[in-house]
Order: sequence, then structure tokens, then C-alpha cells
Amino acid sequence: MQSGIHLRKGEKFWLWILLAPTLFGLVFGTLGPVLAAFGISFMDWDVITPPTFNGIGNYTRLLADPTFGKALKNTLYYAGVTVPVAAILSLLLAMVMNQKIRAITWYRTIYFLPVVSSTIAVALVWSWIYSKDFGLLNYALRQVGIEPVAWLASSKWAMPAVIIMGIWGQLGTGMIIFLAGLQSIPQSYYEAAEVDGANQLQRLRHITLPLITPSLFFYIIITMIDAFQAFEQIYIMTRGGPANATTTIVYYIYRNAFRNFKMGYASAQAVVFFLIIMILTLIYWRLQEKWVFYDG
Amino acid sequence: MSVIKKFLQGRSFHQRVQSILSHSILLVGAVIMIIPFVWMLSTSFKAPGKTFVYPPEWIPDPVVWQNYPEMWTALPFNWFAFNSFKIGILSTIGQVLTCSMAAFAFSALNFKGRDTLFLLLIATLMIPYQVTLIPSFILFARIGWVGTHLPLWVPAFWGGAFGTFLLRQFFLTIPLELADSARIDGANIWQIFWHIYLPLARPAMATLGIFTFMWSWNDLLNPLIYVTELKQLTLTVGLSLFQNQRFGGQWPLMMAGAVVSILPILIAFFVAQKYFIQGIAMTGIKR
Repeated sequence: MQSGIHLRKGEKFWLWILLAPTLFGLVFGTLGPVLAAFGISFMDWDVITPPTFNGIGNYTRLLADPTFGKALKNTLYYAGVTVPVAAILSLLLAMVMNQKIRAITWYRTIYFLPVVSSTIAVALVWSWIYSKDFGLLNYALRQVGIEPVAWLASSKWAMPAVIIMGIWGQLGTGMIIFLAGLQSIPQSYYEAAEVDGANQLQRLRHITLPLITPSLFFYIIITMIDAFQAFEQIYIMTRGGPANATTTIVYYIYRNAFRNFKMGYASAQAVVFFLIIMILTLIYWRLQEKWVFYDG
Repeated sequence: MSVIKKFLQGRSFHQRVQSILSHSILLVGAVIMIIPFVWMLSTSFKAPGKTFVYPPEWIPDPVVWQNYPEMWTALPFNWFAFNSFKIGILSTIGQVLTCSMAAFAFSALNFKGRDTLFLLLIATLMIPYQVTLIPSFILFARIGWVGTHLPLWVPAFWGGAFGTFLLRQFFLTIPLELADSARIDGANIWQIFWHIYLPLARPAMATLGIFTFMWSWNDLLNPLIYVTELKQLTLTVGLSLFQNQRFGGQWPLMMAGAVVSILPILIAFFVAQKYFIQGIAMTGIKR
């Protein structure tokens, strides 16, 4: 039996008022557009002239499009490196910070700065840091005898450069989530383990790590969604170049839909990407019980 | 030295080593985190030629304040800032209002299909926005909204899965007895929502409001797609225009623009840090 206040006669009206915006958004903002995306993906449409039915033409074309494959690979590469590395680093930071550290608010503020700053501003300053001839990074590298690299203009280094900025930008989110997770672990567990003679490493292995897995599970979901949608940093730093080395799915969809006005083709890409994300999410959800430990 | 001595007093050798190690890690990390911001600020005050100086100067000499007015007038930044504020504020009002209405219904009322509907709403979080992007664009093009700001803030008045989830988490902590006793005094559900739940939920609403404003302020893709005229652009898109031929390589101007664009959110962050941290932690921890 679900809890909550029962409605009185005539109060249905108020319920509808309360839910109306959400229902409207659900139908016209989300579910409707998703169905429409499926529909449009079977058409050729430039928005100006009427759409023509194209069957599975967009999908067969997509399979043969090397740039789509590359964009898919780039997106997985970006998310697959950024998310785990940022997770490990920010977990370490949170554990260090979870001791009784002075000036903890200062550290927290500084690590959180990139999270509240717009990706545009941040990507601009990183482009400047990565600049080949007068950039800060190449200057630092030169001090230790490494030849300057044309970071964003090299198809080999452009993606790692974008990834480094991505990790830098995600540390604050992870730190906050993990810190909250660590602080919710009852101190008595550690005390009991200490009485039983567990050393620091054993306490980490058997108390901290299992009890932090729900936070980790959540962190990975939200940062994965974020990483799969990487667009702004690409738009500012590389415009998908050089030679599509940093073209991500969202960037490629944006280019097809709003630069070349191939709405049908771009929709087919969005649909395929949607299915890939759905499958990955389902697998991730299923694997949850294998490693996520819910206390109590 | 005496400060350090005092700092280390009363601790075992092991604790001292650990404390020094922890601080070193955090300090090195903090330096890496803050360097891009320091560099941004420093470059924004440099004379044009000074960006090509080796070794790089951290403290600009001379300090060129002029970069800021020059950047502000190079493009109609008055308009950009106004547009960003307008869209951000309207979006915030829309989200806080409509999400709290839905969250109240989902957490405090008992009606048929409630939990199914809520689950459906939460499931939409999994839908990547690139899927809805094109149909939404076509819809807005059809009703003549492309080229206006309407597509950028009106959807904020349609509720949203994230905001509803966040506020529902908070509403669930409000004891139902409060509503029950108001019930006995004859209050209807709208009055319970307006006079009991909303006042109590101010912290959670502040959290959602801050996040909504921040997302709207920092958004690039939507204004890029929907806005067609220069004077209608937002700060983010305006800033990205600095990359074109006319301004290419003028790092001091670009950095001045970057500083200005992050300043409002940064100030909000310092004033209301609690709510930022809460928002991130709350969605993560409560289940």
C-alpha cells in the first residue's frame, strides 16, 4: 500500500494542475521526440523541402560511413579513459581529504572550480595552454628537455589533450560524491576492525572499498552520460579535427543536422547511438549486483 | 618553524608522516587545478605582444586593464550578458516551480499510477539528448520559434526528471504528519503544497535553482542551434566567436571574455557553496 495523503472529492483538479507541466514535457519534450527521431531516421529531410521516405537508406549508409565508425570509436575512447581515470584520482583525493585535514574547505573549493566554470571558458584557456609555440604546456615540457608538441593540431595528440582536460574537469564532482560517501561510513566499523587487529590496508580493503561502491556506481553513471555527450570542448578546441581525430558522436550529429541539414541521416545516427547507450546501461545495471555493496 | 612544531606536536611519528604526505598530495593537486584559472586571469591583463614572450610571465607587466572594455565592445557583449541572464533566470523559475509541483505529487499524494509514472519519468534520464535534439528543433522550427529565445527557456516550464527526482528526495524527508494535521484543519492539497512543503523545501529548491541557472548559463549547443541573430546570442556563443579570423590568436581578449563569463557563477558558488556541494552529494547518496 503506498503512503501519502488521499485526495478528497474535487481535488483531482489540483492533482492535474500539479502534474500538468511534467506530463506535457514527458509527451512533447521526451517521448514524442524519441518516436519522431525513429520516424525521421527513415527519411531524407533538409527541413526546407518536404521529407521523402527513404526506407533503411540512412542506416545502410551509416554502416558504410567510416566517419561514423570513427566518431563512435572516439566517443568510447574519450569516455573509456576519462571516466575511470577521473574516478580513481578523485577517489584517492577524497580518501586523503577524509582525514582530519586543515583547510579542507579551501581544497574543496579549488578542486570544485572547474565544475562550476563553463566548458567554453575552460576549453578556451586549455587551447591556449596547449598552443604549440607559446603554450604553457610546451614551455613546461621544454624545461625538462621534451620537444614541443602541436597538441591540438596532431591527430595523435589531440584526443589525449581533450581527455586530460576532461579528467581535470571531472575531479571536483568525483571528490564531492566520494567524500560524502566516505563520511557516511559509520566510524564504529573502523573501530571494531581496529579492535580485531585489522591494519590500515585491511580496513581499506574490507570496509572502505566495499562501502564506497554505491557512490562509485552512481559517479560512473553520471560522468559516463556526460562523457558520451562531449560536444562543447570539441567545438571550442578542435572542431572535430584534425582529420576527424576528435569527432565525437554528438559533434558528428551536430555537423550533419545543423551544418549540412541532413536531418534524416543525423537522426539515424542518434537512434543507433541511443541503442548502444541503452545496451551499455543495461549491462552496467545488470553487473551492479556483482560488485556494488549496499549496506543495511 | 614554531608553527610547524606546534602543528606536529602531540602526534605520533606515523601520523606526522601521513599528515605531511596528505597535505603534499592535496597541495600538488590544488596547484594543477588552479593553474589554468591563474593563467586565464594573468593572460587577460597582458599587452598583445606579451603572450609571445619566453619564459611566460605570470604577473603581467604592464597590466593592461584596457583588454576588458576592448573585449566587451568588440562584440555586443551587453546584449550577450543580458540574454544569458534572462534565459538563465526564466529557466530557473520554470524548473523550480514545475519540478517542485511534480515532486510534491510524487512524494506526498496518494493517487493511482503514481509510482509507475514516476518510474517512467526517471527512465527518461537515460535518453541521451542528442535523440530528442532534431525532432525538437523541427517542432520549434514549425511553430516559428527558431530565431527567438523561446526554445531556450520555455521547456524549463515542462518539469524535468532530474529536478523532480532531486526535490522528491527532499520532500520525502518531510513527515506526512504535518500534512495530515493541516488536513484536519481543512487545507486542500494546493494549500498544503504552497504553505507547508514549499517553505520547508527552500534549501533543496535553492540547490536545484543554482544548478539550473548554471546549466543554462553554460549551455552552448542549444543557443548555437536556435539563435540566429548576433544581438540574440548568449555569452557562451559570443565567446566562441572570438575564435574566428578577426580575433584569432588574440589570447588576452579571449581570456578576458572567459573571465567575465565564469565570474557570475563563481560568485554564486562562493556565496552559496553549501547548495552546490549538497546538490552533487544529495543526488549521489540518498537512494
